[in-house]
Amino acid sequence: MNKALLEVSGLSMRFGGLLAVNGVSLTVREKEIVSVIGPNGAGKTTVFNCISGFYTPTEGTILFDGEQVQGLKGHKIARKGMVRTFQHVRLFKDMTVIENLLVAQHLQMNTNLLSGFFKTPSYRAAEDRAMQNAAFWLKKVNLLEMANREAGNLSYGQQRRLEIARCMVTHPRLLMLDEPAAGLNPNETKELDELICNLRDEFDVSILLIEHDMSLVMGISDQIAVINQGTPLASGTPAEVRDNPDVIKAYLGEA
Amino acid sequence: MLRVTNPMQEQFLYFVQQLLNGLTIGSTYALIAIGYTMVYGIIGMINFAHGEVYMIGTYIAFIVIAGLTYMGLESMPMIFMAALLVSMVVAATYGFSIERVAYRPLRGRTRLLALISAIGMSIFLQNFVRLFQGSRDIAIPTLISGGWTFGDASTFEASLSYMQVIIWVVTLITMAALTLFITRSKWGRACRACAQDLGMTNLLGINTNNIIALTFVVGAALAAVAGLLLGLYYGVVNPYIGFIAGLKAFTAAVLGGIGSIPGAMLGGILLGITEAMTSAYFSSEYKDVVAFSLLVLVLLFRPWGLLGKPEVEKI
Amino acid sequence: MNKPIYSALFSAVVMLILASFLLGVDLETQGITLIPELAGDQTWLAIGLATLVVFLFQLFREQIASLIKLPSLPSIDSMLPEEGPKRTKLTRIAVALVIVGMFIWPFFASRGAIDLATLTLIYIMLGLGLNIVVGLAGLLDLGYVAFYAVGAYTYALLSLYYDVSFWVALPISGLLAALFGFLLGFPVLRLRGDYLAIVTLGFGEIIRILLNNWTELTGGPNGISRIPKPDLFGLEFSRRAKEEGNVPFHEFFGIPYDASHKVIFLYLLAVILVLITVYVIHRLTRMPIGRAWEALREDDIACRSLGLNPTVVKLTAFTMGASFAGFAGCFFAARQGFISPESFVFIESAIILAIVVLGGMGSQVGVILAAILLTVLPELAREFQEYRMLLFGLMMVFMMAWRPQGLVPMKRPHLELKTHE
Repeated sequence: MNKALLEVSGLSMRFGGLLAVNGVSLTVREKEIVSVIGPNGAGKTTVFNCISGFYTPTEGTILFDGEQVQGLKGHKIARKGMVRTFQHVRLFKDMTVIENLLVAQHLQMNTNLLSGFFKTPSYRAAEDRAMQNAAFWLKKVNLLEMANREAGNLSYGQQRRLEIARCMVTHPRLLMLDEPAAGLNPNETKELDELICNLRDEFDVSILLIEHDMSLVMGISDQIAVINQGTPLASGTPAEVRDNPDVIKAYLGEA
Repeated sequence: MLRVTNPMQEQFLYFVQQLLNGLTIGSTYALIAIGYTMVYGIIGMINFAHGEVYMIGTYIAFIVIAGLTYMGLESMPMIFMAALLVSMVVAATYGFSIERVAYRPLRGRTRLLALISAIGMSIFLQNFVRLFQGSRDIAIPTLISGGWTFGDASTFEASLSYMQVIIWVVTLITMAALTLFITRSKWGRACRACAQDLGMTNLLGINTNNIIALTFVVGAALAAVAGLLLGLYYGVVNPYIGFIAGLKAFTAAVLGGIGSIPGAMLGGILLGITEAMTSAYFSSEYKDVVAFSLLVLVLLFRPWGLLGKPEVEKI
Repeated sequence: MNKPIYSALFSAVVMLILASFLLGVDLETQGITLIPELAGDQTWLAIGLATLVVFLFQLFREQIASLIKLPSLPSIDSMLPEEGPKRTKLTRIAVALVIVGMFIWPFFASRGAIDLATLTLIYIMLGLGLNIVVGLAGLLDLGYVAFYAVGAYTYALLSLYYDVSFWVALPISGLLAALFGFLLGFPVLRLRGDYLAIVTLGFGEIIRILLNNWTELTGGPNGISRIPKPDLFGLEFSRRAKEEGNVPFHEFFGIPYDASHKVIFLYLLAVILVLITVYVIHRLTRMPIGRAWEALREDDIACRSLGLNPTVVKLTAFTMGASFAGFAGCFFAARQGFISPESFVFIESAIILAIVVLGGMGSQVGVILAAILLTVLPELAREFQEYRMLLFGLMMVFMMAWRPQGLVPMKRPHLELKTHE
């Protein structure tokens, strides 16, 4: 079994009087795809926001590569190699596709002001590297010919893929996808399936996925955690989860 | 009256005097701060022109008082009430127009645009008054004089003027009326609903445009009350008083927790007392500096203020 | 209020209330009493007319709207040749011509004109500096003039107490202004934009109060005078050298003394400072930091998710903007030879903001044109001076609703990916 990369235990989040997440635990091992599923409003995105540092969890610990990261700011967590996408795509819409990918590589660039003013060789080299890296990922997600278009003009499916590419150019160790298949047609969903598996197999990334559409996750996940109304309901391999009576009840209602 | 003179008592009286002065200024800050807080609570933006509305309110009050006195009216309460009513109405009209001209056309656009438009409106109003009323101080004869004194005249005598008491009473009545309006009336309920969720309230069939205009109107009317009271207290007005007063009242609103009406009241009074104490024990030139430092400190350590709630970012 | 007649009546009443008190009555102090005087017939006639116009406009609003359409400004883009190498070449030639012209022009111009041009250049520099903060990073700074004051007083005080020359003081002024920007921005930039606006507004006021009251250091309201002019590698632009060992410019070159040498020198110095500013900002918009500013303006949550620290990114913009104000302030002090807190009031901040708003947020060309317009116009029409701030305020409101991108909208620097395959 691979080494654990992300270990969440006893995670709770309270907004005023509302307990949105209650004692959620999950583990993502290296080169594994783990999915968090649950009905709408189950608190999946809140779990995500806690892990990625946008919310400070009320209770619980989050270990990334053995290091405690709960309560750290979002940008600090991203720098540790945990990047995410959003349920409602968040691109820089007025900037071109290629510029979106360059902004994502800001930390790998030569941001020394003086070298930028005089375009020193090391500055140019860093710009070139970033461009090549961006071009590589654009090709990977099949958007190379869109490189100079404004991100806001892409189709919905293309925007989703661009958002994933924008995460990948930062060389993450853990990629967190928030409902990546929402709004995609079956064909696009199949392509997304392949892309996600490819990322794990070829680039050694672990993936944490939120989905409320069961069909996508069953095929590709190594582990699945089910949340209902903020509380963990079940976890295990896809087969175990599928046969769990509690899960069936939560999804089909008290029939 | 006690006739004991000892340094302790003298110092105590001095302190009490500062407290009374601070309470007076503070309650007017609170009145102006409510305008900031109500608008912020509903549209999430600072009304930069609010300080100018206060200034205009003072001018209108002076014009009414001078006019009625000139026409031979001698009943002080009548003059006071007339000045109060007229300046509230005119200031409310200004508040209404500010919303219409500087805010409504920009609703739903980038915040930066509305901020700039509002600051433009503030510059416009200040210079409008400067051009047509002159930039010099205009002084008004004392309308309400007299008061009580405590302590020994030979050492230190604390005084409480009738004007100060009137400021407290009028502020209290205004606040009580506002609280009743917000909690009991149909309009007040709509206001609170808008503060919770503007979009949802709109879906429920309430005309949110009218409610937003209403908050500007109510806030402006309260600023005019403060304008009349402070104008009579200090006895002078010029076109530039709105700038600093606006800054102070905003500090009060942030101190108490922006968006919270009780917070604005508390913040105003705390700020007033802080300022009075600074002037008395440190230096009056730097009282604005202290107020401003207070604002930065609050923003640094408790940006949601004393009675506010931290905002949760929607992702 | 659905019927036009009601809405028209309502608007007319509003107009009447707004105007009648503040326009229709003048307060006169006589002895200890305050006398209200009704304004002249003309004023009341104007108020009546304005009310009537508002009434009629509201009444026939729809008809008027269909008759007149606000003219859309011709796009400058459409007048220029197609984007491409040809255009790049043309732009380069045009820029080169303008720069050469700026260097030659003063030798044929009057002294007054050169003086005005130097003043305009200072405002261009301030406008460009504020443009980084407001236009590129989207942060509203209402106390920009405070950093200008820091720069000016840095040079004035250093030369007064330590005899520091202009050239040494120039970088120090920029650095010190940047430091003030950093210290002020740090607590506030984490919060939403409105707070920054009001805190900078307060900060501008505080700096002025400090300068006014710290009399032992700053001379208070009397200011600091006899600030030395810059020299040119030790050559002074005065009749006789003030510094030991320095030589006056005219003696060195063996030409007769002419006061206009100094004026032209200051002008040329301002031109060079502005050119440097333009180049630096031009580069900034094409560098990673410039892209980060824009990204942050669009979506700060996405920025954070990619590891960008929003506070640091905003802080660089804020600090850099402040440093340009510092440079400008240092030059201003040297040119005037005298400074006092009077030069650093809120109105100055408002004028600089008006320049940025009119020119176009983020647009360098726009800001330069607007700075020229807004400094030269009041000089040409003196009567305008009185109404200047009134019109600036009105313009800000109007521009935001009608043309928020300004007269010359910003052109985003596009980065093309060239595919080799």
